[in-house]
Amino acid sequence: MSDARVTTPSGIEVPVVVREEMAAAPSAPGVYPYTRGIFADGYRGRPWTIRQYSGFGSAETSNQRYRFLLEQGQTGLSVALDLPTQCGYDPDDPMARPEVGKVGVSLFSLSEMETLFDGIDLGAISTSFTINGTAAIIYAMYLAAADKQGVPRAKLTGTIQNDILKEYVARGTWIFPVRPSMRLIADSVLYANEVTPRFNAISIAGAHVRDAGCTAVEEMAYTLANGLAYVDELIRRGGDVAKFARRLSFFFYVHMDLFEEACKFRAGRRLWAQLLRSRYGVTDEKALHFRFGVVCGGSSLVAAQPYNNIVRVAIENLAAVLGGAQSIFTCAYDEAFQIPTEFSAELALRTQQIVQHESGVAATVDPLGGSYYVEWLTDRMEEGMRQAMGEIDAYGGVVKAIEDGWLQRRIALRAREKKDATDRGERVVVGMNRYRREGEAQSFGEVFRLDPGTAARVLEKHAAVKQRRDAARAGRALDALEAAAAGDKENLMPLLVECCHAYATVGEMVARLKRCWGEFQEPVRL
Amino acid sequence: MSAPAAGPLAGKRILVAKPGLDGHDAGAKVIALALRDAGAEVIYTGLRKSPDFIVRVALDEDVAAVGLSILSGSHQALSCEVLEGLRAAGAGDIPVFVGGTIPPQDREALLAAGVKGVFTNDAPLAQMIDELARALA
Repeated sequence: MSDARVTTPSGIEVPVVVREEMAAAPSAPGVYPYTRGIFADGYRGRPWTIRQYSGFGSAETSNQRYRFLLEQGQTGLSVALDLPTQCGYDPDDPMARPEVGKVGVSLFSLSEMETLFDGIDLGAISTSFTINGTAAIIYAMYLAAADKQGVPRAKLTGTIQNDILKEYVARGTWIFPVRPSMRLIADSVLYANEVTPRFNAISIAGAHVRDAGCTAVEEMAYTLANGLAYVDELIRRGGDVAKFARRLSFFFYVHMDLFEEACKFRAGRRLWAQLLRSRYGVTDEKALHFRFGVVCGGSSLVAAQPYNNIVRVAIENLAAVLGGAQSIFTCAYDEAFQIPTEFSAELALRTQQIVQHESGVAATVDPLGGSYYVEWLTDRMEEGMRQAMGEIDAYGGVVKAIEDGWLQRRIALRAREKKDATDRGERVVVGMNRYRREGEAQSFGEVFRLDPGTAARVLEKHAAVKQRRDAARAGRALDALEAAAAGDKENLMPLLVECCHAYATVGEMVARLKRCWGEFQEPVRL
Repeated sequence: MSAPAAGPLAGKRILVAKPGLDGHDAGAKVIALALRDAGAEVIYTGLRKSPDFIVRVALDEDVAAVGLSILSGSHQALSCEVLEGLRAAGAGDIPVFVGGTIPPQDREALLAAGVKGVFTNDAPLAQMIDELARALA
């Protein structure tokens, strides 16, 4: 046997054999600190939600795809928004024009939200919005759309991502400086707790820092650090941690190391419960529960020999289930280079259904529990996470680390290391840097093409909405929003909901808030 | 931070830019770090820059090459705006390279529009630097 060192992708050295005495047995499922899961009956009680991310172009085309996915047995909708909506620009803004309807649907005002959910009962589905910089606005718009459908707000279920801290570090759809952004998040979370008690008003996400290059251990550590920063801000805005912590949820990527990924979730789940208990004295069981959604794919998918990605997604899907995820999104195999086609999107959905109904992994709670390797690796990962969180604390906390660009720089250096390891062939990617057939014609299957007329139609609708709305009502609503944002006392959510009802646009609301708060100045440190 | 004095790109000033609203900057930063290690003096714009802004920086800083990183699918429109801006300013000879999520079927159109080279994330950094060094020699 070779005596070369073997490490996980996070750099944890793996023994040839893990012996019984090297790992302690965890508590039972459903029992603090929840290493084996937050529910005593695991997926027997409730299977995970299958939630595919989709949406592109106009509200009309996205509405058609949603109806298709619901008919195919999907249990939740996930809305992708175009970059202008995410960054707070109206479609007619010069910064927005080339990107209207490109990576998601344009939701410039309530009119588009109404079209998006036309014929879909908002009281009967759960909807997840990948939205951050303008999350409070999109949530307000969803409430307004429910009001229009006559659905009681308390019946609404779903999630807005609403995690701005990781946007500064990795995903880049920030708008305002860090501190007013934190206030906007706290306002939306506290308001949601009252008005839509079954809606997750924040999904604290590690997926994007992971995609930007950091390890599984760092992904979890940075995400929990951000989570604690939100807890602190929510308490500052008057929230009761035992109450709002019940509605905090998380979101991660799964990459290819099956055991490291499954153990990442086991370690993170127990670390979060321990942190809430030790730092804030939380004892409420539901508040200690670490609930998370997962994406399988992302940067682990490669364009070389793209059909190999189907196999990767299936393995990642398995890791997410073995880690106890509450909802899972499987990427389509062509996601590495284009918006998925209907064929590839259906295949991604079927992958989950095969894992759920044919593989048997959901038959018993935490089937990996008690494996010497799994329990040992879970312990090692928790140690690594605590160490990475300690480094942020030592720097002065996550907000300072972001404002200074310290965390951004660390992640850029990690991305460089990972790229170098791939180029050198130390990190094997089958079909790309190993077993690549030279001169092979790359096959990409069917190509998805956006309708080139999309942007023009969005612009027309935008002009029409501004033309036909009650301009005086929209103006009054925007004035009231600006006045409240200038102070620190009032919760901004009711004002945003009124702006949406008045068909004020996302760009208009953001412009008013920028007048009060300014814009984030990106620290560019390499 | 000081750049190494030697390397295949020693003495070259290169602009790495993020046009449009796309916020994925891991690739741009990896490229910027690799170019610096290859001896280049690198200017990185940060996120969300308009093509006009990028053209202005390229001219003001008298750069030898411009690299655009685009993962939002808007590569054709944004690259063309930068190319046209450079040409309009009489700087059409500054080579423009594009990286990001570029579907293979879009590569030819970018090259036809005047982009000098297209690099996607499976291209080894060493290969990219060689190509760049040859183009800028």
